[in-house]
Amino acid sequence: MADTGNEIIFEQSGSYVGRTLSRPGARRSVMGRGRYTDDIQVARTLHAAFLRSPYAHARILNIDTTAAAAMPGVTRIVTGRELAEHVEPWHGILSSFVGMKSAIQHAMAVDRACWQGEPVAIVVAETRALAEDAVELIEVQWEELTPVVDKETALDAGSPVIHPEMGDNLALRQDIDNGDVDAAFAAADHIIEDSFEFGRHTAVSLESRILVADFDPSTERLTIHTSSQVPHMIKTVFAKLLRMPEHNVRIIAPDVGGSFGLKIHTFGDEVATAALSMILKRPVKFIADRLESFVSDIHAREHRVRGRLALNKDGDILAADIDDLTGVGPYSAYPRTSVFEAVQVINITGGPYKHKNYRAKATVVYLNKVPMSQYRAVGHPIGITVFESLLDQAAVVTGLDPVDIRRRNFMPDDGYPAVTPAGLPANDLSHEACLESLIKRMDYDGLRREQAELREKGIYRGIGLAAFIKGTAPSPVGYYGAGRAPIAAQDATTVSLEPSGAVLCLVGVTEQGQGADTVMAQIAATAIGVPIENVRVISGDTDAVPYGGGTYASRATGIGGEATFQAGRALRAEILRIAGVLLQSEPSTLEVFGGNVVDAANHANIRVTLAEIGRIGHFQLGELPNDVQPELSQTRHFRVKDVPYIYTNGIHGAYVELDPETGFLKLLKHWIVEDCGRVINPNLADEQVRGGAVQGLGGALFEHCIYDDNGQMINATMADYLTPMAGDMPDIDVAHIQTPTSASELGAKGVGESGVGGAPAAVLNAVNDAMMPFQRHITAQPITPQSILKALGKI
Amino acid sequence: MKAPRFLYVRVASLVEALEVLAEYGDEASVLAGGQSLMPTLNMRLSSPKVLVDINRIDDLKGISLDGNMVRVGALSRHADVMTSPIVVEHLPLIAQAYPFVAHAAVRNRGTFGGSVALADPASEMPACVLALNATLVLDSKAGGRRNVAASDYFKGLYETERRDDELLIEARIPIKAAGEVSAFGELSRRHGDFALAGVAMHGTVANGVITGLRPVYFGSEDRPVLGVATAAAVEGKGATEETFAAVNVALGNDLDPLSNFHADAATRLQLARVLTKRALTSMVNGGGVV
Ligand SMILES: Cc1cc2nc3c(=O)[nH]c(=O)nc-3n(C[C@H](O)[C@H](O)[C@H](O)COP(=O)(O)OP(=O)(O)OC[C@H]3O[C@@H](n4cnc5c(N)ncnc54)[C@H](O)[C@@H]3O)c2cc1C
Repeated sequence: MADTGNEIIFEQSGSYVGRTLSRPGARRSVMGRGRYTDDIQVARTLHAAFLRSPYAHARILNIDTTAAAAMPGVTRIVTGRELAEHVEPWHGILSSFVGMKSAIQHAMAVDRACWQGEPVAIVVAETRALAEDAVELIEVQWEELTPVVDKETALDAGSPVIHPEMGDNLALRQDIDNGDVDAAFAAADHIIEDSFEFGRHTAVSLESRILVADFDPSTERLTIHTSSQVPHMIKTVFAKLLRMPEHNVRIIAPDVGGSFGLKIHTFGDEVATAALSMILKRPVKFIADRLESFVSDIHAREHRVRGRLALNKDGDILAADIDDLTGVGPYSAYPRTSVFEAVQVINITGGPYKHKNYRAKATVVYLNKVPMSQYRAVGHPIGITVFESLLDQAAVVTGLDPVDIRRRNFMPDDGYPAVTPAGLPANDLSHEACLESLIKRMDYDGLRREQAELREKGIYRGIGLAAFIKGTAPSPVGYYGAGRAPIAAQDATTVSLEPSGAVLCLVGVTEQGQGADTVMAQIAATAIGVPIENVRVISGDTDAVPYGGGTYASRATGIGGEATFQAGRALRAEILRIAGVLLQSEPSTLEVFGGNVVDAANHANIRVTLAEIGRIGHFQLGELPNDVQPELSQTRHFRVKDVPYIYTNGIHGAYVELDPETGFLKLLKHWIVEDCGRVINPNLADEQVRGGAVQGLGGALFEHCIYDDNGQMINATMADYLTPMAGDMPDIDVAHIQTPTSASELGAKGVGESGVGGAPAAVLNAVNDAMMPFQRHITAQPITPQSILKALGKI
Repeated sequence: MKAPRFLYVRVASLVEALEVLAEYGDEASVLAGGQSLMPTLNMRLSSPKVLVDINRIDDLKGISLDGNMVRVGALSRHADVMTSPIVVEHLPLIAQAYPFVAHAAVRNRGTFGGSVALADPASEMPACVLALNATLVLDSKAGGRRNVAASDYFKGLYETERRDDELLIEARIPIKAAGEVSAFGELSRRHGDFALAGVAMHGTVANGVITGLRPVYFGSEDRPVLGVATAAAVEGKGATEETFAAVNVALGNDLDPLSNFHADAATRLQLARVLTKRALTSMVNGGGVV
């Protein structure tokens, strides 16, 4: 890490960095004072409900809205064809994905529905209940078409083609071919080969998608209150699709009840709702209910991966070869695309290890299912599971312990900068330190002894490890920037000294309930030198905060945090400049500490308070010489440069007990050691990791969007789509190794996705370890009692 | 997820409830705890014309000991039945089963009678009343009171002997006699979910030998199933490997589990076999939850 001299700032007694502070947002939520979009009452609001396609693939022959429109309380019904007059369609491709294809997508189906759940008509009525009643009265004449539901056959010559103008159902093929893979396999002592299946998931945020769109014809401004991670992107996208000048669109994201990557995409029902507000010149509200969330929120993670690993007899990895096939929806999501997940899979597979021979192929095909796109830890659970499972099989054939085979093949902690097998730059990672910390925290040897003793008694326990890299804080040289997407890689913060001496901090990154606002306050207070109580953070309003990318890809602290730090340092310097003039002292002999300007030498002697600087700077400017103009607002922007991501790393450990008669699992305990660089707020960092791990365990064991042969999602309720529940989760032990990133002065990397990526692999490895005495193993997720009983030959 | 329009009648007495049911028949739905009914309304899976709210009928509440019988009023909340000292002492099977019924919040509101009336095939209370040979009391304006043995009550998927104009009044459940033992086992994906497989059993145990066993399987078919062949295989036997082998065969005759995306028939049968073995072992050791 570059020595920036900042350690002194973070270590000094006034620093809030590295301290657990209670989250003001949590207090609001607990006291029932949270303000989510649904809590916002706009006068004269109408309510939208959608008629959605009951078929995965069907032509719309006719829509008769007469009876529905005649219902009292119904204001307007608009079909997809009618709406297309008012809304631009979109095309979810990026030039950075060379050769990518997608069809043009309209906000609602125009003459053909391509997935079960695609919006077909919007009803706007006085209440949501009336709107739903009217939806039931709309008569659609459908002609069913053959749906494409199986990714394995979607490219076959005989397969129906969803969009005939595309020629086939292929979205993208992407390859990596580094080193000499064939030669390495030819020279290998051992070759491990397996195939892995991953079920579809969806995000299931506690607060579903929602917006209140409020078009004011007097100003021609469109204000949208919505639960979003990316208010500025939504502003830019909605302005374009609704043919509005961008500066006439304002997006306000109040409290957000979870997002997980769901709330960074363009959804036709949301665009249609905003369009109806413009048509009707009244506020229109739409909230996705649970049932429609399942068939309209993005899905993710449906992959089949074949993997091969070549090793020498000592257990050194010589080469890896991966073939990923994924089936996304009928359209590629806008503006982030639906191919990025597969690209991430091949980018990060085997990322912690030092082999140089790596070949990978990603094939993305279109299906008549709900569109897939980015969801927390995009692609990572898949790539990590594939590699870590192959590695555990390699440990068996080479006679190495899973710990030793990882030790042997990890990139060394003192070997950076380095390049990952996929050819991506890696810096400031700590695989070795994380592993050593993990096995100590697990008491790995003790667990192995316990496992052996219990096996004698017919109790089958398993231990699983999974190491990972995670791309966080993407730079503009990554796919979005290179592909010209309207997605900001930079972020900015403005800090202002108020006349009272308090600080206003306007941040482009957003609060999702994860505590970003608290973290920004900690950074600002530390950088400036003020008590945190005097810092007010504002986020989530495009009319108030600087343009930024928002919260995605674990970027809020890594990027927004650095912008806040730099803005804070700039304000501090300005305060010292003004203080120097007032006190006729060298600014370098002064310091801002505890909300006062003090002598730098001892931090004790208060020379002037910030309230005094604020008073003079705003009201009594006559007390300053004419050539001194205080600039008490400072804005700084930050982007990651040169590398596509700030990679983080870590390792998971899982301990499970298997009942071989029932196939049921008990998760006994889970451990994670990760390196997110400088930890700003330990408690919030831990909870990000812990919550992520729960999401990962949910994906490994429970969550699954199950489709039948007709492309119908058959378990689209909360009773049948099983999310992990607190009572079923193990204790999760979290620790951090802190290797600050050299990409910023703050040194913070991302932490939000480190729990999700590795948990499924660790638990799969633990299950297979428990099954070792039976010489059986499984490779499909979700892991179910049935799949275990099948693998064990009990059924 | 907004319910379609319905009329709402909150009745104050049993007589009034039966009047409304007589008038509307299959167009009416009884509203008890609402824990099953309200979701189906909000999901527009059902659209009754009238909801008859019976929550104010005090006659339907309460748990009492009546000779060799426990009377459980239909409106008794799950949570109250679960913790009732009478139930704990005299109906150990029901006390054993209750922690598996949903979660605390649902049990606070949901009712014993609602469970039995709904007859969800994966539900615990229907299995328990069948295992315990309970009598269910129905009442209507047209037909008056009648008693239906639990073994005649469950007809199919959410189908029971109860006519649309009838209200379930109470269950009369024989108390545990000396020497009788109960065991209960259930496997579900997450705690509180409906069962992939479950067994509620009750019988007599003397010197490690089981007689008069009533093993009832739920989460298997369209209704709780009494394992007749299984009971025969166990009759006069102990919990031995030999018995288990016979039970495995018998269960294959008793059960023909339904497959769905949570588990296929083979999985459910395997789980039922394992649960039975464990429950039988528990029976000869005094019974309990397996
Ligand atoms: C999250 C969740 C998890 C659950 N898990 C389980 C579980 O694991 N096991 C389980 O058994 N149940 C479970 N349930 C269902 C719960 O136990 C319900 O409370 C119960 O099934 C119905 O009881 P209720 O009083 O809520 O009935 P309601 O929902 O009010 O009514 C259910 C049906 O019974 C009819 N009905 C009710 N009372 C009478 C009566 N006295 N006479 C005639 N008809 C009547 C109603 O008309 C309706 O058709 C769960 C529910 C939820 C929401």
